[in-house]
Amino acid sequence: MSALEAVIGLEVHVQLQTETKIFCGCSTRFGAPPNTQVCPVCTGQPGALPVLNRQVIEHALRMALACGCAVNTRSRFARKNYFYPDLPKGYQISQYEEPLAEHGALEVWLEGGARRRVGITRIHVEEDAGKSLHGPGASRVDLNRAGVPLIEIVSEPDLRLPEEAAAYMRTLRAMVRALGISDGNMEQGSLRCDANVSLRPRGSAGLGVKAEVKNINSFRFVQRALEYEIERQRGLLSAGEAVVQETRLWDSAAGVTRSMRSKEEAHDYRYFPDPDLPPLELEPARIERLRAALPELPDARRARYLAELGLSDYDAAELTRERELADYFEATIAAGAAPKRAANWILTELLSRVADPRDVAAAPVEPTRLAGLLALWDEGRISSKLAKEIWPRMWEGGESAEAIAEREELFVQSDASELEAAVRRVIEASPAQLEQYRAGKQKVLGYFVGQVMRATGGKADPQLVNQLLRRLLDEG
Amino acid sequence: MSLCFVDVTELARRIAGREISAEEVTRAHLEQARQLDGALRAFITLDAQGALEAARALDSRLARGEPVGPLCGVPVALKDNLVSAGLQTSAGSRILAGWIPPYDGTAVARIRAADAVILGKLNLDEFAMGSSTESSPLRGPCCNPWDTTRVPGGSSGGAAAAVAAGLCAGALGTDTGGSIRQPAALCGVSGLKPTYGRVSRYGVIAFASSLDQVGPLARSVRDCAALLEVIAGPDPRDSTSIPRGLAPGSLLAACARRDLAGLRVGVPREYFEQGGPEPDVERAVREAIEELRALGAEPREISLPHTPYAVATYYLIATAEASSNLARYDGVRFGLRAEGARSLDEMYTRTRQQGFGAEVKRRIMLGTFALSTGYYEAYYGRAQRVRTLIRRDFTRAFERCDVIATPTSPFPAFRQGEKQGDPLQMYLADIYTLSCNLAGLPGLSLPCGFSAGGLPLGLQLLGPPLAEETLLGVGAAYQAATDWHRRRPPLADGAAQEALP
Repeated sequence: MSALEAVIGLEVHVQLQTETKIFCGCSTRFGAPPNTQVCPVCTGQPGALPVLNRQVIEHALRMALACGCAVNTRSRFARKNYFYPDLPKGYQISQYEEPLAEHGALEVWLEGGARRRVGITRIHVEEDAGKSLHGPGASRVDLNRAGVPLIEIVSEPDLRLPEEAAAYMRTLRAMVRALGISDGNMEQGSLRCDANVSLRPRGSAGLGVKAEVKNINSFRFVQRALEYEIERQRGLLSAGEAVVQETRLWDSAAGVTRSMRSKEEAHDYRYFPDPDLPPLELEPARIERLRAALPELPDARRARYLAELGLSDYDAAELTRERELADYFEATIAAGAAPKRAANWILTELLSRVADPRDVAAAPVEPTRLAGLLALWDEGRISSKLAKEIWPRMWEGGESAEAIAEREELFVQSDASELEAAVRRVIEASPAQLEQYRAGKQKVLGYFVGQVMRATGGKADPQLVNQLLRRLLDEG
Repeated sequence: MSLCFVDVTELARRIAGREISAEEVTRAHLEQARQLDGALRAFITLDAQGALEAARALDSRLARGEPVGPLCGVPVALKDNLVSAGLQTSAGSRILAGWIPPYDGTAVARIRAADAVILGKLNLDEFAMGSSTESSPLRGPCCNPWDTTRVPGGSSGGAAAAVAAGLCAGALGTDTGGSIRQPAALCGVSGLKPTYGRVSRYGVIAFASSLDQVGPLARSVRDCAALLEVIAGPDPRDSTSIPRGLAPGSLLAACARRDLAGLRVGVPREYFEQGGPEPDVERAVREAIEELRALGAEPREISLPHTPYAVATYYLIATAEASSNLARYDGVRFGLRAEGARSLDEMYTRTRQQGFGAEVKRRIMLGTFALSTGYYEAYYGRAQRVRTLIRRDFTRAFERCDVIATPTSPFPAFRQGEKQGDPLQMYLADIYTLSCNLAGLPGLSLPCGFSAGGLPLGLQLLGPPLAEETLLGVGAAYQAATDWHRRRPPLADGAAQEALP
């Protein structure tokens, strides 16, 4: 029984960032007071009809193409019928038999740089439901979210480990952000994950009885919920019991999954084509135009940073996690900075100054300015220490590194005659150390260097200081 | 002459020319309704105050010389499944009683913008499901002005009765399987179901979305044209509306036709075969076809071979769509919410148990069944394929003819209660009208005679998609040569005479 492996497939909902809802003109802004972004259409008033927002299809198509899916030039909306108070029409407009796109695949990077291919079964478009707010004695419904556009990305059961599922989710998040179609925020519900999990003997081709785990609402919980569920099923099977096909809910507070409904209690959604919406016909030329306009995706960028820029795997992964960060990096090297030095600076000094990596797009220091700073360093006109002194000033004032260094006299001091005088003064002031040095204690050189640097306010060119010291000390 | 039986365009012209005031015309119709509606129950809501205010506002605009719309002052009433802002829209159901819509449907907005005066909301079978306007829990059964012991047909029975009795000059109804044409026939008025997509469905309380169409009922084909002219045309709020509009004035212009030379009139063999119309109906329809021949038309027999499957196909598709369309009546956001429920499921169950009538429940259950896992293919899936075959029947038929002539209903107005216990018998009332909706075609019903018992009979003309101009032209030519459409129910005539000062 020990040789069991998990088989995991994910159904991921992505809330698309559009100005207006999928079938009406209401705003999709998050966080407005309840029921202020509603109209007859999204509240399901009698007689109201849906009209498709073309922007939604554009967004969905970009994701489908980025996932390497075959786009169906004809797809259809279907009604998924069930009763729930936050579902205003008593049905959700979704896609069923004829989805927008099918048969794609993603390469997911695992810890340590390995990759796994995950098949994408289908991507379809649908509307979100409202939100039920359960209070003491009464439940209320907020329909601001009703009709916000979603895509559902259904994966093949190609994942085996919880960490692979988490990596897959991170890949999707990076993609939707790179495409600019969603903020990919799991905690706010713009990225939601349901997982189908089953166990089977390792190496077997069949599939075991699966449970569907819902309500996984953070990246951390993807891994924890799956770990729990796999162990639960392993426990059942080891004890000779059967896994029951059911829907389970992840309870993050308790760290467990709980049965929500059995297969017998499952809804019959009675899907049928929505007669209010004609089939969605797409021109192949339009699909090709969108494909050609796709930005470089995080995966491809990461590979390019490794192969062409010689970055470490860690740096390449970190820089491509957010599109804004990678864009900043590329703009910096386009302005002449050396890739490795730029990567280091961005991942340490730049990131320490922003709350979220995506904020670098609005950083007060533009990439060309950072390149200017790094250029001074490369040319030896400033040291790394001086660079770190100049950096916060750039951040405050919006001035160039050169201007700041000029004004504040932060250039490396490389005038030999001036330095020589300083060096002589230090030597004269330290007779004891001079004696030690001359007695053969080479280590004392460090003391002299430190003294000179202190005397020059850290601005002395360290190489020159070394040269001068050796010459003057050895002179005798 | 009574103001209650004047043609639509004539009324508009005289009011716009300030020969008579909109208020006078409105008052005359309200008076007619006051005298007759107790017996007819054509209205669910008579908005006397709103109508008079609208009429007076229009009169002052006319006094100031402001421009007015083409239906200037014409008293129009709306079937109560057409959403009207600020005016209760109930669909004839307890579940929507008291619902005051926050918006106007497109057809209603266009009627208002054309400066018609809206008198109120008309009786119907609950959610437009029926052929007799008897299942009307809010107002009670509507009666036929020609014989108040009989039904006016349905589901736009209130509209047909109101138009026939002069309670309004024209009305808007909806037609999902014959709901405009069949009551028009049974009440002796003209009614047009436009091509699917010709009139926006935005603001039509959905029964079966792929079949529903809004259309006019009026006392002449030309009046229907005047109303359709206003409400037809593309609407960005309805994705199924046809993007191509009509040229302005083209429908009224089509009504000038008098000569039908060369017009090929198809007469479907299957419609007169076993289980065909009652003899009176067949006689009147055949005479009407002869009249068309006299005007130059060339009648010819055609075949619509899938006709026998139309009723079954229709009742699977219409109920399937209805089961989903009526899911929104759940007590959560509007309309009835049953009291005293202890759980969400109980609230749903009780609300829908109390709110829906028997026929609506029957159709929701039928449709739910037809869409269920394991039955979908055998019922809904197969019905969709037969629908394609029925549509193809018509495409082929229209290669051999320009219009198709049939009876509208197999029988004249039947007695109240006669078919209520027998849904299948009731469903057969629409046997000649259903196919038109399944195929998305335009269909016109117009008076073509009377039964031996003095009840009006209807001729149905069907055309290919977008052939409204042809249908209206043929209908207008027929009405120029006949006077069936000028006959008034004695009850209405008496009231109108009295109403004259």
